[in-house]
Amino acid sequence: MLLLWLVFAIWPESFEDAFGRKKIFLNALLNGITLGALYFLVASGFTLIFGLMRNVNLAHGSLYLLGGYIGFEIAEWTGSWLFSFVVAFVAVALVGIVLQYVVFRRMEGQELRQTLVTIGISIVLADLMLWTWGGDFYQILTPEWLSGPVETFFVTAIRSSGEPVYLTYPFVRLLILLASLILGIGMWLVLGRTRIGVLIRAGVDDRDMLAASGVRIQLVFLGVFAFGAGLAGMAGVVGGTFQSLAPGEDIRFLLASLVVVIVGGMGSIPGAALGAVLIGLAEQFGSVYVPTYAVVFTFLIMVLVLAFRPQGLLSNR
Amino acid sequence: MATARPAVQDRARPLDVSTRLGNWLRRIPPAAWGVGFLLLILPAFANDFILVQVFGWSLILGMIALSLMFLAGYGGMVSLVQMTVAGCAGYMLAIFGTSAIASISLGWPWWLAVLTAILIATLFGTLSGALAVRTAGIYTIMITLAIAAAFFYFTRQNYTIFNGFSGFNGVRPPVVLGVDWRQPTPFYYLTLVCAALSYAAVLYVSRSPFGLALQGTRDNPRRMAALGFNVTAHRIAAYTFASVFAAVAGILLVWLNSQISPGTAGIGPVIDVLVIAVVGGLGSPIGPFIGAIIYVVLRTFALDALVAVGLDGARFQLLIGLGFLAIVFFSPDGVLGLWERARNRWRHRQDVMRIGEETR
Repeated sequence: MLLLWLVFAIWPESFEDAFGRKKIFLNALLNGITLGALYFLVASGFTLIFGLMRNVNLAHGSLYLLGGYIGFEIAEWTGSWLFSFVVAFVAVALVGIVLQYVVFRRMEGQELRQTLVTIGISIVLADLMLWTWGGDFYQILTPEWLSGPVETFFVTAIRSSGEPVYLTYPFVRLLILLASLILGIGMWLVLGRTRIGVLIRAGVDDRDMLAASGVRIQLVFLGVFAFGAGLAGMAGVVGGTFQSLAPGEDIRFLLASLVVVIVGGMGSIPGAALGAVLIGLAEQFGSVYVPTYAVVFTFLIMVLVLAFRPQGLLSNR
Repeated sequence: MATARPAVQDRARPLDVSTRLGNWLRRIPPAAWGVGFLLLILPAFANDFILVQVFGWSLILGMIALSLMFLAGYGGMVSLVQMTVAGCAGYMLAIFGTSAIASISLGWPWWLAVLTAILIATLFGTLSGALAVRTAGIYTIMITLAIAAAFFYFTRQNYTIFNGFSGFNGVRPPVVLGVDWRQPTPFYYLTLVCAALSYAAVLYVSRSPFGLALQGTRDNPRRMAALGFNVTAHRIAAYTFASVFAAVAGILLVWLNSQISPGTAGIGPVIDVLVIAVVGGLGSPIGPFIGAIIYVVLRTFALDALVAVGLDGARFQLLIGLGFLAIVFFSPDGVLGLWERARNRWRHRQDVMRIGEETR
């Protein structure tokens, strides 16, 4: 209720004095949600892979950055933003297949060893990417038809002449929010309604039993790993569009997905969504209202969740 | 509880101090005597750079990795927060003691500052541990990594206490008992003594009832709980113990570099400590020190070596990463495991040859 009032009402002056302008608040809110959407794209692949294979893929951030760089190159080369998504998804999914087939399949069940290997891979990938693309910042240009702000229906203030002022917001961010919403619902439907979803959920619950009942579980693993990695690569293009690509971003997004997944619950897609929005909001509101302690905000959420619900908010484990 | 029996027997059979000491000394392998002696007389023939930047740094990193090894090897908890504990101690020393940033540093006498720093860092490690032990196994890595990252970003953003991006410089070891501990040789001995003490402490604790119970919780927490052991308390206590010498190492590290900044305990170093411990071997407390020596030698000389073979010196991380991957792939118990297997194979071959000759 309070939130709805905060979003839709025109703030009284005394309230604006205390909390700052409504425009700032709304911007932080939308930025938080769109950042959450980006986090969701990265973290959902992470949580899917973990849920099925018990593999903490600490190279997930590297896959994100790799996807971003590939997307950048493709967008530069062909000039097509949408095409870069496709290529980044496919390329990083292939990397994921190679990783799963060459590396992780050999050490199934050895969780710690797999994790250590992913750390090694992330070190190597980070340095290879630094070698190829250098330490500069890259940004993928938003195509013409997407760039520029749009007016939303949120009223930020009333002019003295009486006409309302609407909030303007970058169109591309809203589009990405929409896209990840569709993707999230799509994943949820696939997991809940289709045969592949049944296989994956069965694998999450009891891997051995599924293998014993004649399912070629390695294929399922391969598919899920490819999809999760591809998602990270696609998220890289998204991140490269509304933020920037640089060395170090891989770690940032790895940590973001770690926290998101810890908060939301391991292996749960709705959990990843909830965690992503929470963390995105915490980060944005933190950096707007208490700039020096923005990180602490995020961290505090994690601590609280761990203290009261160690398995994560939406975990059924 | 079969593992705990020897310790109990030791206590049941009273020995006078000299025999016990004798027994204890006899248990030390000759190789250890050799290494210890070499380390002691090292200042006689090594130059200052080797002494401080190679051996001093290795010993310090070794202590931090030892703290990780203790938790991972005996407790089964791979904690990435140990480097952060060291960084925390370093920051506390800079804040409570003296540094070039006079507006923040409180300028307490060195011993008080050091004690406070160790205390606070240990507390920090304990609290992180208390948080991390709420979940188990693979989750521990993620949670401790998240804590380490939070500390890094926090120190980088906070200017009132941690002085933000630039951190503190001019944190120097004191002059005590007429010795300037900044000089290479005294500083080397200081790190050597600290490292030896923490090594001995880990050895001792690993054989104490507490250490054995901890290893029990690693192998089968449910059975230990059923036997009446408080598993959570043991684990948190392990964090406390490991944090103490990580904190000491952190103080030495600040003194070595005479500065501390967020990068000191950044994500890179946090991962490096894990790499060191794993490469050295998580099975024995000497492993981390071996790993640290390898790491420091690589780090110091890889640049020249890479340039010498015509590669870009900046590809150092690639080398470390590939080396780490190779170790994890082929020898999960680190260089130590590699060595042990080679020795066993050699012995086996000797046996085979002897048997072959006898039957001839």
